[in-house]
Amino acid sequence: MACTAETLAAALRAAAAVVAEHRAELVDLDRAIGDADHGENLDRGFTAIVSALDTATPETPAAVAKLAATTLISKVGGAAGPLYGTAFLRASVKLGDAAEVDGPLLVEALRAALEGVQARGKAVGGDATMVDALLPAVSAAEEASGSGVAAILAAAADAADKGAESTVDLVPRKGRASYLGERAKGHLDPGARSTALLLRAFAEAAK
Amino acid sequence: MSVGIVLVSHSAKLAEGLAELAAQMAPDVTIAAAGGLAGGGIGTDYDEVVAATQRADAGAGVVLLYDLGSAQMTAELAVESLADPSAAVVVDAPLVEGAIAAAVAAQGGADRAAVAAAAASAGAPPDLTFDEGVQDGESSVELTLRNEVGLHARPAAVLVRSIAGLDAEVTVRLGDETADADSVLALMALGARQGDRIEVRAKGAQAEEALSKVKDLVEQNFGE
Repeated sequence: MACTAETLAAALRAAAAVVAEHRAELVDLDRAIGDADHGENLDRGFTAIVSALDTATPETPAAVAKLAATTLISKVGGAAGPLYGTAFLRASVKLGDAAEVDGPLLVEALRAALEGVQARGKAVGGDATMVDALLPAVSAAEEASGSGVAAILAAAADAADKGAESTVDLVPRKGRASYLGERAKGHLDPGARSTALLLRAFAEAAK
Repeated sequence: MSVGIVLVSHSAKLAEGLAELAAQMAPDVTIAAAGGLAGGGIGTDYDEVVAATQRADAGAGVVLLYDLGSAQMTAELAVESLADPSAAVVVDAPLVEGAIAAAVAAQGGADRAAVAAAAASAGAPPDLTFDEGVQDGESSVELTLRNEVGLHARPAAVLVRSIAGLDAEVTVRLGDETADADSVLALMALGARQGDRIEVRAKGAQAEEALSKVKDLVEQNFGE
């Protein structure tokens, strides 16, 4: 099954519901090592995406991704706004004017999103950031490249879950949590967790 | 038409206060404060940064400075979103010193690259060099500072501005240290106070004019 503007819009609505459901959890994770606003900020951003989609659903998957990007950038704030915004923006550019996104194009878009996040935040794997979820997710997606949108997203979501879990044992080297140094060890990174949640939501929506 | 400056901060008060400070040394430069969230909270507001960047651009480009962490990402994203991203540049510099250095450079008519360079170099220790005496082709004049604060921020900025655009390389010596007179921060680092005797040196086609301008300023107590 390929992904159209409508299915991407539906996936974003599903993601918004997941973010709302996990809002308190993300706030708690962020309270331990940051400023306790990640859940609230992300919820505000995805709620705004749903409102924008209610007004009008753009015609191409790229335009839907771009709408998500600009909404997240304006509404989320902090580091998560520019980072997720850049991810969707770069993915949108990669999707071009395709009416339907097949497996290989999806993988390219995920790769572009990862590169955007890394260019914006200057984080690499092992820094205890969302990159630790997104990087293995993109690798898994690339391995599953020939197997269709749903299987690719499922593989990416599984890898992102494992990657997010790995941040518990890491000492953060980027973002506010890095100010805590060793004391931040033992905590799941909220950005890695939200990345894993979003990929899982997309995977469930694609089933 | 000078280069515009945008100050991106998590705090509206911080951005506004710094804009006020920098404006004192660069009255003709557009210095746009983009601090805090739209609702008044602490944070950086992407839309506000984009708006401030557009406001600050009079056609000669914009230099953006930021305070912490995500303010850099917001600033970079704002620049990428411009119709012409090459019109603006985000500079990694200490916010206060960088803003002052950038504002004074912009006031002196420096182009965008030079304004950005002035801000970026504000992070390095001020460029003081050990005195090697008057060089060949250099003219010099000795002056006694009579103004109350000596070569403090505002007088230093006035001095830099007075010689900006002249075809002359100007240095100021106090004791055995010399500072380039195109750097407010270097001049301030000399620590020249009221009653101190400084030596101003210049070479280049407009050296005499530069010396005479500085002499006038010192004699008029920098307009204090």
